[in-house]
Amino acid sequence: MALWEVFVRARGGLHHAHVGSVHAADPEMALENARDVFTRRGEAASLWVVPSGAIVASDPADSAELFEPAMDKEFRHPTYYEVPDGVANL
Amino acid sequence: MSELPTVEDVADGCLLLSHRLTQWVGDAPTMEEDVALGNIALDLLGQSRGLLSLLGDEDQLAYFRDADEFHNPAICATPNGDFAKTMLRQLFVDCWLELVWHTFSEQEDDGVRGVAAKAVKENAYHRRHSRAWVVRLGDGTEESRRRTLLALEELWPLTADIAVPGWRESVTEALVEATVPVPAAAEPDPAALAGAVDARRELLAEMQSLARAHPGATW
Amino acid sequence: MLERFDAHVAAEGKVESDSWMPDAYRKTLVRQISQHAHSEIIGMQPEGNWLTRAPSLRRKAILLAKVQDEAGHGLYLYAAAETLGTSRDDMVDALLAGTAKYSSIFNYPTPTWADIGAIGWLVDGAAIMNQVPLCRCSYGPYARAMKRICKEESFHQRQGFDILVTLCRGTDAQRAMAQDALDRWWWPSLMMFGPHDTDSPHSEQSMRWRIKRFSNDELRQRFVDVTAPQAAFLGLRIPDDELAYDEDTGHWRFGEPDWEEFRRVLSGDGPCNIERIERRTRAHADGAWVREAAEAYAAKHSETTAA
Repeated sequence: MALWEVFVRARGGLHHAHVGSVHAADPEMALENARDVFTRRGEAASLWVVPSGAIVASDPADSAELFEPAMDKEFRHPTYYEVPDGVANL
Repeated sequence: MSELPTVEDVADGCLLLSHRLTQWVGDAPTMEEDVALGNIALDLLGQSRGLLSLLGDEDQLAYFRDADEFHNPAICATPNGDFAKTMLRQLFVDCWLELVWHTFSEQEDDGVRGVAAKAVKENAYHRRHSRAWVVRLGDGTEESRRRTLLALEELWPLTADIAVPGWRESVTEALVEATVPVPAAAEPDPAALAGAVDARRELLAEMQSLARAHPGATW
Repeated sequence: MLERFDAHVAAEGKVESDSWMPDAYRKTLVRQISQHAHSEIIGMQPEGNWLTRAPSLRRKAILLAKVQDEAGHGLYLYAAAETLGTSRDDMVDALLAGTAKYSSIFNYPTPTWADIGAIGWLVDGAAIMNQVPLCRCSYGPYARAMKRICKEESFHQRQGFDILVTLCRGTDAQRAMAQDALDRWWWPSLMMFGPHDTDSPHSEQSMRWRIKRFSNDELRQRFVDVTAPQAAFLGLRIPDDELAYDEDTGHWRFGEPDWEEFRRVLSGDGPCNIERIERRTRAHADGAWVREAAEAYAAKHSETTAA
């Protein structure tokens, strides 16, 4: 049976997080298996299952070009800026 | 029976069907299905406990009544057979319980309504699961189809006492999608019923054995 | 690359499924994780044995939930192992062929209801002690699976202890049942921590790679220290004449497990080894037509193609 990746959004949660994988022959089975295996303790408000082969992942070999250029642009962060004394709400 | 059942009928039916499903745990066709069947068994056990405690002491009723004092629909006691038989039995009972819980959720008794309110949601999930499997097995391989048709032959005679109004339509929908021919309404079958009575006796002999070996003990 | 890997791991860095890793690290993890998964699945059998005879509906429900959890744990672990490049089918084939191991504790029978209590208290207790450190294991998917498992495992231990508390407060027959179960499960539980550190060749490498965080003997000692007072609470006697509290060290001294028995059971000569595998083999074989049907149906009806 094919492998599916499971993503759960918790009750009160903001986004779906990857929790693991299940085997299933079809989408309905995948959803039910994921529900039975990953949500027995009231963890979920929403469930996604995705065929593992459908996921496009970044290649670790490309990590440098994908992620390092973002590291040296401190001016994207609010902490880069000095707020003068006496100025509020900035 | 094809009138609506009593609280006792449903309590006993859920108890025995739950027990049958627990006999699968560890032996299911996939590990995921071990979890799924365990879930359904647990829900049905909870539903039974909810109703039994409205009738008296749940353990007294479950462990110290004799087999012929139980009021379950015959199909709930029938042995598991193979996975096709188990799923078809589940579909038949799930469709029955859908109608039963709906009626119970409109009853005057608070206790019964409370159990029904929870059960309705659990049942919706069980129905989804059993329906999907009956469809997969009916419309899967030649082998699975052969087993499904055999299961139908074995189980159909036991459906006379759960064929409440609306049941046949519900079951027909699933069987049609499974490409399985729907038989004419079942007449009560004494041989099949006798078989179910024997099966229940055997089931309860095992289920009650430890509790009865220590009457009065707390566990 | 190996130096960078070793340094990364030594600094408590996480290794993910797409990281470079030494072959030996990958192999060790696949072996350890799959063994753990097999143990959960096989472990369902000795306890499932009492599901149909649970003596109260409440105990039945609890035991059902526990056994269900165990199937779930097996699944989390197989999924974690699959991220290392092996497949569920291959792992299951190895188990059924006898080339993969599982925890030998599950090769012991469960002749009484009290065994269910003892397993929860001692076997799950020992498992928790082994598993909590693994939540900080270097391999990400395994650590995350372990966190989930540990959260669920503590209910397993409590329900076992709860069963025994009730038995020990019950009839003479129930108390005797509880003592008998402890007599049979105590030593095998100590053996769950593996052989002495001096007889454990893989340990050092596993510790350096943060796959193992404490030594066998350390964990075993901790288990005895924690469990001895619990037995006293129950009013049960641990079957070890050498068991004694040492005021100076603050630890409990205890006797030597029978390592010959350990080796025998581990190598397949335990009371239930054959039965455990036969049952699993039968379930897998009997289920083949079902799995085939599901695949056939999916092939006929899919719009979404699964991987």
